Amino acid sequence: MSQIGPIFRSLMRNKVGALLIALQVAVTMTIIVNAIHLINARGDLISRSSGLDEDNQFYVTSVGYATDFDAPYVIDTDLDAIRKLPSVTDAVQINAIPMSNGGWSMGLQTKAGEGENSVPTALYMTDEHGLNTLDVELIAGENFKATEVSYRDRNTRDWPQSVLLTEALATSLFPDLSPTEIVGQTVYIQSNEPLTIIGIMDHLQAPWTGWTTINHAMLVPNKFDSPYSRYLVRAKPGQRDEAIAQVEQFMKQRDVGRMVRETETMTQVRMDSYRGDSALQAILWTIIVILCIITALGIVGLVSFSINRRRRQIGTRRALGAQKSDIMSYFLTENILVTSVGIFVGVAGSIALNMWLVSSFNLPRLSYIYLPIAMLTMWVIGILAVWGPALRAAQISPATATRNV
Amino acid sequence: MWLYYTRLAWLSLKRHPLLSLLMSGAIALGIGAAMTTITINYLMSADPIPEKSDRLFYVQLDNWSPNEPYDEPNEPPDQLTYTDATALKAQAPAQLQTAMAQSGGVIEPQGLGKEPFLARLRLTHNDFFSMFNSPFLYGQGWSDSADETGDRSIVLSKSANEEIFAGENSVGRTVRLEGKEFRVVGVLDEWVLKPRFYDVTTGAFNEMEDAYLPFKLKETMELPNSGNTNCWKMPEGEGFKSFLTSECVNFQFWAQLDSTQAKQEYMSFLNAYVEEQKKLGRFPRPLNNRLTDVMGWMEHENVVDDDAEVMMYLSLMFLAVCLLNTIGLLLTKFSFKTGEIALRRAVGATRMQLYQQQFVETVLIGIAGGIGGLILAALGLLGIEYLYGEQVNDLASLNLPLLGIGILLAIISSVLAGAYPTWRTCRIPPASQLKSE
Repeated sequence: MSQIGPIFRSLMRNKVGALLIALQVAVTMTIIVNAIHLINARGDLISRSSGLDEDNQFYVTSVGYATDFDAPYVIDTDLDAIRKLPSVTDAVQINAIPMSNGGWSMGLQTKAGEGENSVPTALYMTDEHGLNTLDVELIAGENFKATEVSYRDRNTRDWPQSVLLTEALATSLFPDLSPTEIVGQTVYIQSNEPLTIIGIMDHLQAPWTGWTTINHAMLVPNKFDSPYSRYLVRAKPGQRDEAIAQVEQFMKQRDVGRMVRETETMTQVRMDSYRGDSALQAILWTIIVILCIITALGIVGLVSFSINRRRRQIGTRRALGAQKSDIMSYFLTENILVTSVGIFVGVAGSIALNMWLVSSFNLPRLSYIYLPIAMLTMWVIGILAVWGPALRAAQISPATATRNV
Repeated sequence: MWLYYTRLAWLSLKRHPLLSLLMSGAIALGIGAAMTTITINYLMSADPIPEKSDRLFYVQLDNWSPNEPYDEPNEPPDQLTYTDATALKAQAPAQLQTAMAQSGGVIEPQGLGKEPFLARLRLTHNDFFSMFNSPFLYGQGWSDSADETGDRSIVLSKSANEEIFAGENSVGRTVRLEGKEFRVVGVLDEWVLKPRFYDVTTGAFNEMEDAYLPFKLKETMELPNSGNTNCWKMPEGEGFKSFLTSECVNFQFWAQLDSTQAKQEYMSFLNAYVEEQKKLGRFPRPLNNRLTDVMGWMEHENVVDDDAEVMMYLSLMFLAVCLLNTIGLLLTKFSFKTGEIALRRAVGATRMQLYQQQFVETVLIGIAGGIGGLILAALGLLGIEYLYGEQVNDLASLNLPLLGIGILLAIISSVLAGAYPTWRTCRIPPASQLKSE
């Protein structure tokens, strides 16, 4: 510690080198803190549960084109046959696929009438097999009965009587009631049309991964009378690929004037949906790693430079009795001093950059836990980088002092 | 002289190969990262129709709920109702204007082994093709009368024509779409717009359509809605008709207005039209119509992805670190040369000549870094294409101006990085260094 005085004074004589290292450390830290913050924010998004049994689910699209295509008949018989396949747990026709970013939303309100406060929700239309196929549990109330399920088409304006709500949606509508109390309550759709809540689901995501109310979802006992229809299939655990093969084979063999579009697994849907986020994560990780390497090499270069300039000085010190460890600790301390300045500037820089990102791009605010972690990382990088050159400096022989160059 | 300097610089670089490699490597990495992200941003924000982007205007009318705006603070909906789209086409004072909508349907190609496929359709008016400079391979757009009567005419994309007619001139032949026979009137040549500016409501970089049909068919064939349909109140009444007369928005509208005066007249027409509709009990909100040109609309719809912008800023900071790094390394490097420089000064070289010699060396490093950077950028873009897949098709490729920017950036960077070390080294008084030699 007694060295700090002379170290500081000698640093002041070579301000530029020190300043360069400090600046480099500061900018590196600013980038790293914000990059890690972004990576984690995206990680939180990706790791949200969809509420599904994703590993065992897939969907397939059937598009009828024959002029005599009878959609309800084809849908009902398709589903009957698919459900009987040995590798299939259950299957439904569904109007939207979770996480696919395409779907239907409506507003629900607890009081009838236009202009009343309304809560947005995603709408999934399935029959009574919906819960089992999606792998969603009821925490209160009961499922639809088969008799409650009806067909609708795009011009249908009214709604079936009974609906199932996710717990998140139910509590947004009735913040003061428990799930069991919410069962039996009435909510209004299209301002005035009453719906009875017959059950509360534990968890199911809306199809739009960027939606603020992503946990708001409602199941409606409807099937869609349309030539364009999607079947969501849940295979027996571990038998997804067999199930896909069996379903595709069945549908392609059945000649009813329709085309079968490519099957997509829920794993693929999730990947596509979060592709941008995981890509951003990968890119930021690459930047972080390269940046650390570059900064470390930069420190190596500059310290070597300063050692090179001070060879005779070091030799003199050694000749006057300094231990190798004294030389080592001199350069280590010097470097810690310089990186520390950079690190503290980096803290300010990180916060400033985050504030700018928050205001310009609506990114989440930095959580301050990253700062001490990043500070520690930068110190470690600094020490590791300076270790080699310092070790070499310590090897300088005392005799150097007497030699020229 | 410069040749001699270049040889000197080359020798000096060769003397410390590792250091030289590190320096140009650092610049290369910085340039690589910066160029990768600049490319993505440049292509995302490119003007898709530079020859007339300031004369094409997107039309917005505020038919939304009296209780809340379509979007905060007071944004009108991004699409129109069918009622307004057809009324504007019929009455509004523009030479060229078109309504449009997305739809889809099954095309059944005739012939052995040809599978039916689901086609992306765009319903539009024939002005569409001249407004957006669509390139025709065969034939042309449909007639005005087809616009009025909803004739079953169709314009195919190049790829759809290849799929159905094996790329032959199919004008006059028929295509079966949604169970009805359509007459082919035109086939487009390869046409890719990035961004697909005429409709960005479902994403700015979506694929182009497979076929184009007269707008009127929406009504007569009851073609399904694609894209976003937004309603602030549900259609009243029964049937498809009730959707078309509802306050639901699913239609886009563009007008070509060649002068400020034309734009003003068009705006007055829109305002008068809305006032007229208000008398019929529609448009409960205050007057809020918009005419936005192409680039303004791209800005409004946030076509450049925020992530891409954030990455660009981060990678520019990354470049800054690389430059700081290179400055440091150059200082190291030139410190080995003080003896040589002092000697040159002593035997009569002017300070200017020494500056020039060091300058050549930094520029060489810059050029090497720039070339390396462009190679890295090409790799980076491949990486981005791999990571993002289809989302960035055609957005991750370098072109000539971008290559120029890259080299320029590299040289400017290296000269900037070299300026201080050069100045510092050449300032050395000859005597002090010679003494210690």
